[in-house]
Amino acid sequence: MRYSLASVLLNAVSGQSRWSPAWRSPEPAAHYDVVIVGGGGHGLATAHYLAKHHNVGRIAVLEKGYVGSGNVGRNTTIIRSNYLLPGNTAFYELSLKLWEGLEQDINFNAMVSQRGVLNLCHTDGQRDAYVRRGNAMRLNGVDAELLDADQVRAFVPFFNFDNARFPIKGGLLQKRGGTVRHDAVAWGYARAADRRGVDIIQHCEVTGLRIDKGVVTGVETTKGFIGAGKVALAGAGHSSRLAAMAGMRLPIESHVLQAFVSEALKPMIDTVVTFGAGHFYVSQSDKGGLVFGGDIDGYNSYAQRGNLPVVEDVMESAMALWPALGRVRLLRSWGGVMDMSMDGSPIIDKMPVDNLYLNAGWCYGGFKATPGSGFCFAHLIATDQPHAVADRLRLDRFAHGALIDEKGVGAQPNLH
Amino acid sequence: MSGFRLARGGRVDRSARLDFSFDGQRLQGFAGDSLASALLANGVDLVGRSFKYHRPRGLFGAGAEEPNALVTLGTGDRTEPNIRATTVELSAQLQATSQNRWPSLSFDMMGINNVLSDVLAAGFYYKTFMWPAALWEKLYEPLIRRAAGLGKAANLPDPDRYEQANLFCDLLVIGSGPAGLNAALAAGRAGARVIVCEDDFVFGGRLVSEQYEIGKAPASQWLAACLAELAALPSVRMMARATVFGVYDTGNYGVVQRLVPEGVVPEPLHARQCLWRIVARQSLLASGAIERPMVFAGNDRPGVMLGSAVRTYLNRYGVAAGKSLVVHCSHDEGWTTAFEARAAGIEACVVETRDTVHADLIAKAHQLAVRVVLGGRIIATSGSQGLTRVTIETDRYQEHIECDGVAVSNGWNPTLHLTCHHNNKPVWDGRRDCFVPQHLPPGMRIAGAVTGAFSLKEALAQGWHEGAAAAEDCGFTAGAFEARPCSDDPQEGRSVWSVAGKGKAFIDLQHDVTSDDVALAHREGYRSVEHLKRYTTLGMGTDQGKTSNVTGLAVMAGLCGTSIAEVGTTVFRPPYTPVAIGALAGAHRDGHFRPTRLSAAHQWAVEQGAVFVETGLWLRAQYFPQTGETHWRETVDREVLAVRSGVGLCDVSTLGKIEVQGRDAAAFLDFVYSNLISTLPVGRTRYGLMLREDGFVMDDGTVARLGEQHFLVSTTTAQAVLVMNHLDFCHQVHHPEWDVRMVSVTERWTQLAIAGPQSRALLQRALGQAVDLSDESMPYLACRELTLAEGLTARLFRVSFSGELAYELAVPADFGDAVVWHLAQVGRDFGLTPYGTEAMGVMRIEKGHVAGNELNGTTTARDLGLEKMMSRKKDFIGRVMALRPALVADDRPQLVGFRPVDPDARITAGAHFLPLGKPATIDHDQGYMTSVAYSPHCGCLIGLGLLQHGPQRIGEQVRAYDALRGLDTVVDIVSPVFVDPKGERLHG
Amino acid sequence: MRLPCPYCGERDSREFTYRGDATLTRPAVESEMADYVYQRDNPLGWHKEYWLHTVCRTWLAVERDTRTHALGPVSIARCERVGS
Repeated sequence: MRYSLASVLLNAVSGQSRWSPAWRSPEPAAHYDVVIVGGGGHGLATAHYLAKHHNVGRIAVLEKGYVGSGNVGRNTTIIRSNYLLPGNTAFYELSLKLWEGLEQDINFNAMVSQRGVLNLCHTDGQRDAYVRRGNAMRLNGVDAELLDADQVRAFVPFFNFDNARFPIKGGLLQKRGGTVRHDAVAWGYARAADRRGVDIIQHCEVTGLRIDKGVVTGVETTKGFIGAGKVALAGAGHSSRLAAMAGMRLPIESHVLQAFVSEALKPMIDTVVTFGAGHFYVSQSDKGGLVFGGDIDGYNSYAQRGNLPVVEDVMESAMALWPALGRVRLLRSWGGVMDMSMDGSPIIDKMPVDNLYLNAGWCYGGFKATPGSGFCFAHLIATDQPHAVADRLRLDRFAHGALIDEKGVGAQPNLH
Repeated sequence: MSGFRLARGGRVDRSARLDFSFDGQRLQGFAGDSLASALLANGVDLVGRSFKYHRPRGLFGAGAEEPNALVTLGTGDRTEPNIRATTVELSAQLQATSQNRWPSLSFDMMGINNVLSDVLAAGFYYKTFMWPAALWEKLYEPLIRRAAGLGKAANLPDPDRYEQANLFCDLLVIGSGPAGLNAALAAGRAGARVIVCEDDFVFGGRLVSEQYEIGKAPASQWLAACLAELAALPSVRMMARATVFGVYDTGNYGVVQRLVPEGVVPEPLHARQCLWRIVARQSLLASGAIERPMVFAGNDRPGVMLGSAVRTYLNRYGVAAGKSLVVHCSHDEGWTTAFEARAAGIEACVVETRDTVHADLIAKAHQLAVRVVLGGRIIATSGSQGLTRVTIETDRYQEHIECDGVAVSNGWNPTLHLTCHHNNKPVWDGRRDCFVPQHLPPGMRIAGAVTGAFSLKEALAQGWHEGAAAAEDCGFTAGAFEARPCSDDPQEGRSVWSVAGKGKAFIDLQHDVTSDDVALAHREGYRSVEHLKRYTTLGMGTDQGKTSNVTGLAVMAGLCGTSIAEVGTTVFRPPYTPVAIGALAGAHRDGHFRPTRLSAAHQWAVEQGAVFVETGLWLRAQYFPQTGETHWRETVDREVLAVRSGVGLCDVSTLGKIEVQGRDAAAFLDFVYSNLISTLPVGRTRYGLMLREDGFVMDDGTVARLGEQHFLVSTTTAQAVLVMNHLDFCHQVHHPEWDVRMVSVTERWTQLAIAGPQSRALLQRALGQAVDLSDESMPYLACRELTLAEGLTARLFRVSFSGELAYELAVPADFGDAVVWHLAQVGRDFGLTPYGTEAMGVMRIEKGHVAGNELNGTTTARDLGLEKMMSRKKDFIGRVMALRPALVADDRPQLVGFRPVDPDARITAGAHFLPLGKPATIDHDQGYMTSVAYSPHCGCLIGLGLLQHGPQRIGEQVRAYDALRGLDTVVDIVSPVFVDPKGERLHG
Repeated sequence: MRLPCPYCGERDSREFTYRGDATLTRPAVESEMADYVYQRDNPLGWHKEYWLHTVCRTWLAVERDTRTHALGPVSIARCERVGS
């Protein structure tokens, strides 16, 4: 049943009895034209756009857990396209444009809320860097505004302006940035892809790739062998393990990133803010919880949990920026496993094995990229050519030196 | 008004009356009450409104599990929302307010949601509000946001203090019930360092809530003796009001202790709460269990309460939950509730879901005049905002029973949250009818009800054995367990997951998730436990589903036709209960957010009226305004001109300083710098460039050779720590065989730049004639160690960042203050001008020296015009990677200078370069301006920037485009050296 | 998390700085440099990795399980390199 006010009302008077499963639970077929490994945001978005825009035959998404059990369901829900470097800005802007039309496209309210993303700066050097970035955005046709300290104060008057260790000097604002209800993205793409005939197979872990004379022919799974014309890897967090099945190493380390939510409160802040003098960002969900994030824990980890020093670090920044948070209480913390790439930017590329494709290295920024990543990965899988806005997100850029290093910290993933 | 205080009983101090208020109503309680027990004693039924439907809600539990009774404590900047009334220790003048209602708790306009509840089923918002798209942010979302949320925070700075502190122990006991206390006794007597953390404000766990007997005497006697002994044991530390909220790696536990009861203002300078980081070799989780509710129609009406909570209010607080109680149970525990209530004079009726129970229970019920309905269930409740009657049903009949309270008992869920913090999932134990921990975090043991063993006897025995075993593992010898007779026997029962009836049957009371919502999730395919949770929001409230999770997934299992074991459970994450962010942050706020580093010459700068700027953790003098100067630029221009024409003094102590010594020191420096260092003669200094292994510039600085095997390396302020770590890595990992040692001496030396044509004359006078400063003895880039008056060691370097004749004088930091005052004193005759980082920045831009804005981690030596510094005679860190094709490509932007064609025009750092006459799009982007300053020498703004083919385009023009500031300025491309391009001034 | 420094004993992770895979050796051959700088095994399970104890300035090679954060043997990087 199509989602609409009418269908909601109809079900209200019929005991919610007319709804059907959001997506089917099929058994895997023996062969698909495209098998996507990973039923998270990127894998499901890829399936949706493949089915919608490209005529590639039968498609399956294989998910080792439940749909959305990876990072799409454990992030801080921020979307934005405020990137500096060629290779990133246009890509993330495509993604933001897709967010803007997403709900009508997939007939699922993911609560895309363009409430603005404000990056604060605390030194002249930081402001110069933001100006450079904002101008790169404007040259790319992306919205960006520079705020001085007074404008920031008018925007978020409750921050610490008068007694701060690192005074706020201004900020870079992208009004079109914002937040999205993360789980709804996974479910919405799953439902939309399913409607277009994609088989979404949960609890089906890929244990190996079958490669014959340099050509991938299918995947070994916990539900048996599944033949495939093309295999697309979208298992961020575990990309290195998937690549190892093809005998490859990647320029990626897996790290844990913690995130936090407070108890539900009446509205306190209606934008997304990043602190520039520490690792901290905050927004408030529609349910009322303040959502916080900070730095990665900083050591290789596949455990979906972190440690106390980062918890303290994030909360110290929270108090430094917004001293009213002292009596707000932390409700839950969790950890996600990130593909931290060596230059902090992602990879959407073909692999050296024929018919094998890779979508990886999203660091802690994969959520906002979900639509763009799916769109460009679908394009690559269907056409064997990179999409124009993703043509720098290549595997060989490390060897060639064409790095996309927004932070300028080099080949040390825990610093990105 | 159903609850009331009994004439006697309970552990409250009836001689100590406490006044408090709820929604402005003045009420009284006793010392030892919780806010909840005091409210109940005052007959307050209605304490809150639910999250979604705004239904009236009353007290449901008596502890951390409470889903309903969330109140706001305090007012003004001490407002604290969402506090569970059940865990608040009542204090005098406590002000509590209900929340999530308007205009009042008893009449809540948002109750309209309850009428619309058929529309507002689980996940309804995913299916609508999509048209028209523009209305989401403008209309729908603001409405939803206003309706959502529970309490309202003050959004004013928290006026209270918090602390962070560390503790270490052999055994951390979590929970002070019978199991925890016996464990502490076993380990404490053995001599182990034991910490007992109790969430509650009294010790004892269920011992203070039940009518237990130990050793044929009331358990309170055993408890008192036990606490007295533990208090006397020197190695045992008892911590009440201390919540262990998280289990982290290698025996680290996060604990928040409330140093004053919630709602109480701490004494001046005292902290409100403390974050204890406890490091324990072993831990024992003895956290007990939380009773499981029954799900039946109308089960959310105020007056419906957990049976264990009814007993807590009765036995611990001397408060009756009502005058007439219906106990709806599937376990023997419910009968205990009825018997104890009856013994206190309360009417009681047991509606037992089982058809048969032990004959003793029937007999005792008969004896106490407790009515019994076997094979019964409640199918409806009624009352306006409280409870007046329930409708029960058996296989044979229906009946209304008048009552003002319902106690539900449906078995127990072990409080195993902390066992999950390392991602271990509990497993379903069919025999015990509950989830029990299977794998534990390293070093953790469990005892008592958390193991699924719900009897007092087992708790005492397990507690002792685990406490003793933990002590033994830590090398102590523990005594043997002495069993004592105890009052209780294993309780029997058979959990009932949901009771059919008409009307909403709530599983998650706080989030208004009903059994119908679970059915809807099932119908729509959200069947995995995580989907169930996320789709319906079951268990995502402030209580994190302590009373609802297991029931929710049991209902789902029923719908799926599978077992609870197969459905499994979600994993609990930290914190166990919500933790104040202030406590986690401790003292790190406002000016104390991070340490402030001050140079030894700081006080001198303060007295010169300096304006300071944050540079990493350092505070540095930015400029020194003088009376009459109205704008910082005026000050900076004066400072620059003074240095260029006379002499200035600048504190450069914050730059990193690293001593490098050893036979292989020169070879080592050749390895870590891109240019040759080993050819540097003793007594000379050289500019050095350091790359990262990926070929990009990491840092720059100077290397002074103080002896054949003795170098002093300087780094930028920003990179000092990273460079030191890098050098240690290069030595210890890449070339451990080299004889080289290094140490950071940044803080050990105060370093002062004396710059300007008069610098030599000033220094000569300040250091005395014995020091030969002539060009022959101390030429440009010379360095030397000096012995000053009274044996003071100093180092003198003839280096210059300003481009003028200049020196840097380093003295041990202890003498930094004295020396800077001495120089200032001597400098009076020379018009010595203190200058700050702004003037320094202007002069380095005038000289085309790169700094932080150019060394941004994405530039190569070639980009910065420093290709000559890439030695071809040796290997060094970053050499190979710097030569990758994309890094030597022709079109990489390279450093040049810029000045506006119109000298009055404004240019800005961060502007991008566009060719003249081309549209402002990314296709025409040719680079960016890195640094801009006003040059008094040039009389206009000047800039450094990175431009494609820059060095070949000197003499051409480009646009400096700063769309953010609305600037689009035509600039001349010029040499990056604006002042003294031949370097004549350097040589004085 | 606490790490055992062979010199200083068990210390909180706040005293340490992390630096990744400790099985890599800086190659003498130029063609292997890009792999050395960028490519990682990134194993699920035991991982040998560099940590600097910033207090005593010793680079350590720590074996740690990336699934559980359990610690294995810890050695002094300098001794290991010289020995090999």
